[in-house]
Amino acid sequence: MSTSSVAGSTQQTTATPERTRSLGIARNLGLVVALVVLCVVGLITAGDRFASSNNIITILSLASAIGVVAIGMTFVITGGGIDLSVGAIVALSSVWASTTGTQAMAESVGWIVIVTTAIGVGIACGLINGLLIAYGKIVPFIATLAMLASARGLAEIIADRKTQIIRDQAFKDALGARPLGIPVIVYIFAVVVVLGWFLLNRTTFGRRTFAVGGNTEAARLAGIKVQRHTVYLYALLGATCGLAAVMLMSRTQTGSSTHGLMWELDAIAAVVIGGTLLSGGRGTVTGTLFGVLIFTTLTNVFTLNNLSTSVQAVAKGVIIVVAVLLQQRLANRST
Amino acid sequence: MSTTTPRRRLIAIAGLIAAVPLALTACTNSSDDGDDTSNASNTGSGDNAEAGDTVRIGFSAPAADHGWMGAITSAAVDQADAFEDVELINAEGTNDVNLQISQVETFINDEVDAIVLLPFDGAAMTDVATRAMEAGIPVINVDREFDSPFAARSTVLGDNYGMGVSAGRFICEQADGNTDAVVAEIAGIDSLPLTQDRSRGFSDALKDCGLKVSNRVAAEFTVESGERAAANLLQAAPKIDYLWNHDDDQGVGVMAAIENAGRDEFVMVGGAGSANVMRMIEADDTVLKATVIYPSTQGADGIKLARLIAQGKSMSDLAEVEVPRVIQLSAPIVTKENVDQYMDSAFES
Repeated sequence: MSTSSVAGSTQQTTATPERTRSLGIARNLGLVVALVVLCVVGLITAGDRFASSNNIITILSLASAIGVVAIGMTFVITGGGIDLSVGAIVALSSVWASTTGTQAMAESVGWIVIVTTAIGVGIACGLINGLLIAYGKIVPFIATLAMLASARGLAEIIADRKTQIIRDQAFKDALGARPLGIPVIVYIFAVVVVLGWFLLNRTTFGRRTFAVGGNTEAARLAGIKVQRHTVYLYALLGATCGLAAVMLMSRTQTGSSTHGLMWELDAIAAVVIGGTLLSGGRGTVTGTLFGVLIFTTLTNVFTLNNLSTSVQAVAKGVIIVVAVLLQQRLANRST
Repeated sequence: MSTTTPRRRLIAIAGLIAAVPLALTACTNSSDDGDDTSNASNTGSGDNAEAGDTVRIGFSAPAADHGWMGAITSAAVDQADAFEDVELINAEGTNDVNLQISQVETFINDEVDAIVLLPFDGAAMTDVATRAMEAGIPVINVDREFDSPFAARSTVLGDNYGMGVSAGRFICEQADGNTDAVVAEIAGIDSLPLTQDRSRGFSDALKDCGLKVSNRVAAEFTVESGERAAANLLQAAPKIDYLWNHDDDQGVGVMAAIENAGRDEFVMVGGAGSANVMRMIEADDTVLKATVIYPSTQGADGIKLARLIAQGKSMSDLAEVEVPRVIQLSAPIVTKENVDQYMDSAFES
């Protein structure tokens, strides 16, 4: 694994596209297998209840908010960073965007105020993370750990530890709509996945991300403004957290300082299972999508079978290990 | 951290006045039934209400980071304020066991007259509470029990098992002999004893009328986890007759999931008793028809008991000349019929 990452990063500008593509397919194969196995188990044990369109929509809706965060996380981890504060940022964004003040403004200006507030708060938190890491030279683990604590704390202060109900009907209508029977948030998730894939694989921004994550020094020598790029990455993740907060507000119709508890771990797990290298330099949006879907489907299948959360936790652990082992095997064979 | 936050959101609300007038008022004539508006902080009347020797009471509870703990602490402070002979030393709420231990040590060094302690973790606080007792300071243990009976002079507890029983009985009543009814349950954090107690009470009560829980999921006491668990549960059970959700805080998410799924074929019972839920029960326009109370005035009761013990008084409603060792509060069911009685004591989640 380490050799391929070094190779991938140093030859970033020339040899990567083809190489990563073939690697990517092999890597994702393990995930596809895992997801298919889960679906087969679901079909056998729960039959129609699993295969019903309603259930599939439920799975996709549940995957949407955490999925958007995981896509953002893919960028940060690919860029060699880590962000432990995503859950807290989601909480803070949701709380900030659902205060009576914001809701009153939304009443007069429009529901978009709630959305922009949430995303704005997310970006602001991401910027702070990024600036501390890039220019303050604080390691990402520590800087975002600090953000984790203070963002959730601030959320508690603003919300006064209460659950804030969203009363703005226009917001509820807009985000609760179901064009073609599918909730808006699923479309949002789909758009984010497509944009994320394009941004990472088809743009200069994406190539810079690989370069920065693979070898910071080489990237710097190659003329990439590493610090500025790092700030962008965290701000991007902050924006996805804000968006996830909007989606969560639409689903739960609340803003709360308890939103997004432990999401940092769920998001990191989904990203890493997907095949993104925790040390940076290699990342895949498609893999992350599968990672998120696998976890969400797992919970769904277990609930359909009325199994306890403890069993679920064990299965989750096993799946993480099996999926990673599968990826390694398949990736090794293909190289 | 995640195991602590939910735990405190658990408890909500205060049906105490009607449920346990005796614990609350400690008076000779229990004059304050449901008509008392100042619910939690009543000084009661009769001999015990009269100011006695001034007592200094140390109070320590976990951080008020959710509605329930906020209500616990504010009810305790209000209760102390209501007595002119109580001087409350309120330690800053903390989820750090180490810090809470040092708070109690400070109380011991200060030689307070009594300590009211809602431990973050009962087991971890047992030793320091025992030391306080050995130093001659009575400790009133609230909600989360110590490991040792020697660590507390008196203990005030909610009734988690009773919550399950109340919810189960209500559903049995509604089912009225129909043993084919599909009953679903959305529990809190499964690893917590309180969740296990609630579930046990629930299934025991259902067994009495030939019902059982067909579908069960566990959430994490947060709105978001409630929404997630309920969304999956509603897919697992295409038709539900009765649904019990352990906690009204996560219930906000559960209600959102029900609305998202467009389901309304069942009767839902809540747990804890937040003001929000009380209003829904009163309005009677959702599937939510009842909730079960878990009083948030336990801290206030702790203050009352601490005062009595420190002043050497007894609970004059009882023949017993000492304050009892354990007081367990009732977990009544709230429906449209009696919601008025509990509305005032409910707090915003």
